[in-house]
Amino acid sequence: MGPISRGFRRRRQDPAGSAGRVPPGQYVTKDFPVLSAGPTPPTALDRWSFSVGRGGQQKTWSWAEFRALPSQDVTVDIHCVTRWSKLDTAWQGVSVDMLLDLAGHDGPFAMAHCDGGYTTNLPVADLTGGKAWVAYAYDGQPLAPEHGGPARLLVPHLYFWKSAKWVRSLELRDTNEPGFWENYGYHIYGDPWREQRYAGD
Amino acid sequence: MAGTALRGRLTWQVAKVAAVAAETASVRTITLDVPDWPGHRAGQHLDIRLTDEDGYVAERSYSIASAPGEPVAITVERLDDGEVSPYLTDELRAGDDLELRGPIGGYFVWEPGDGGPLLLLAGGSGIVPLRSILRHRERTGSTVPVRLLYSSRTLDDVIYRVEFDMAASGVEVVHTLTRHQPPGWAGYARRVDAALLAEVAWPAAGTPLAYVCGPTSFVEAVSQALVQGGYPPQRVKTERFGATGGT
Repeated sequence: MGPISRGFRRRRQDPAGSAGRVPPGQYVTKDFPVLSAGPTPPTALDRWSFSVGRGGQQKTWSWAEFRALPSQDVTVDIHCVTRWSKLDTAWQGVSVDMLLDLAGHDGPFAMAHCDGGYTTNLPVADLTGGKAWVAYAYDGQPLAPEHGGPARLLVPHLYFWKSAKWVRSLELRDTNEPGFWENYGYHIYGDPWREQRYAGD
Repeated sequence: MAGTALRGRLTWQVAKVAAVAAETASVRTITLDVPDWPGHRAGQHLDIRLTDEDGYVAERSYSIASAPGEPVAITVERLDDGEVSPYLTDELRAGDDLELRGPIGGYFVWEPGDGGPLLLLAGGSGIVPLRSILRHRERTGSTVPVRLLYSSRTLDDVIYRVEFDMAASGVEVVHTLTRHQPPGWAGYARRVDAALLAEVAWPAAGTPLAYVCGPTSFVEAVSQALVQGGYPPQRVKTERFGATGGT
């Protein structure tokens, strides 16, 4: 434990029902803050596509084809590295398990590529087994652009920068290269329960 | 560029508060004596950690207000329903210990070699990292032209007002006061939108570099308007303060 901060008193209480659900260093918010590195890039749905590829071989879906895939409704807790956590967020999207199966590609690592040039890296083991989705609806509504719409990655067990906004493709690869924020000093993996905020944590 | 921001592990250390200065009624600049500071870049932030007598810990991030080479300083706005900011603005005083680690972030940073002209757009306390950039420009002798468009609610809410009134050569400071203007106010008196940017922003053709920092609504409106006005998205760097009530 660090030194006691003279005169500091706790003012914030986590809400009822949150015990065991808020990782260390996080606090619960009811808002949905927005964080991103650049302007929100608008993508017209008639030009939108999603791809899963490996070594130049890729499977691509149009927006209509993607929306026709079986979807799941999931309610999950999300944790941002800037310290807010939001409990019981409701999403609709396509499981990454299904996308990888349909594409016929496999890991061990993935790079998510997004409109605006943003990337983030993840082990495929963290994208499979019912742990990750490409989500296009939030709280029953189409996902708003500032929250990553038309579609974002949803990987709730890792810090939320891994749930890349405006995602357009998953590129499977043999090596675990750092993505955008990971290159700027954020943790290569980003487990909120181990407080892996920055490189070396 | 990428990959050079941080090396190795960021460890917590105990800094000493050297001074606390009032910027406005609700904003304080806290200057710190950090024994083992590795140096920072203009635009980076640091993490603060507070611990109470029961061992309860609260951490928050704050932009660094000082230029590289100056003593580390943060400028904090009190959010009345917050937990950490009221402590920093109201309770903390010179001589206190403050636990921190940093610097953090390698994207929302500026170096003289990044070129310009620079367009700095601030909403409220979003001015803090931009002030670091301005001071860094001056200290390095950079002559890159700068326009700063700074949106505040009232004149009394303008942070670093005296400093900006004596802006360095090559720096134009344009204020807009969105809620209340003093008698005779000659500056802008409305929210930043495309029309206002058309009057103030550098023409897109001149390879300007924009840094936008403020509340989400401000950053969204301003950055979208810049891109629609022809700024390449990769030349518009943004940093947002989510209105979480949590800082």
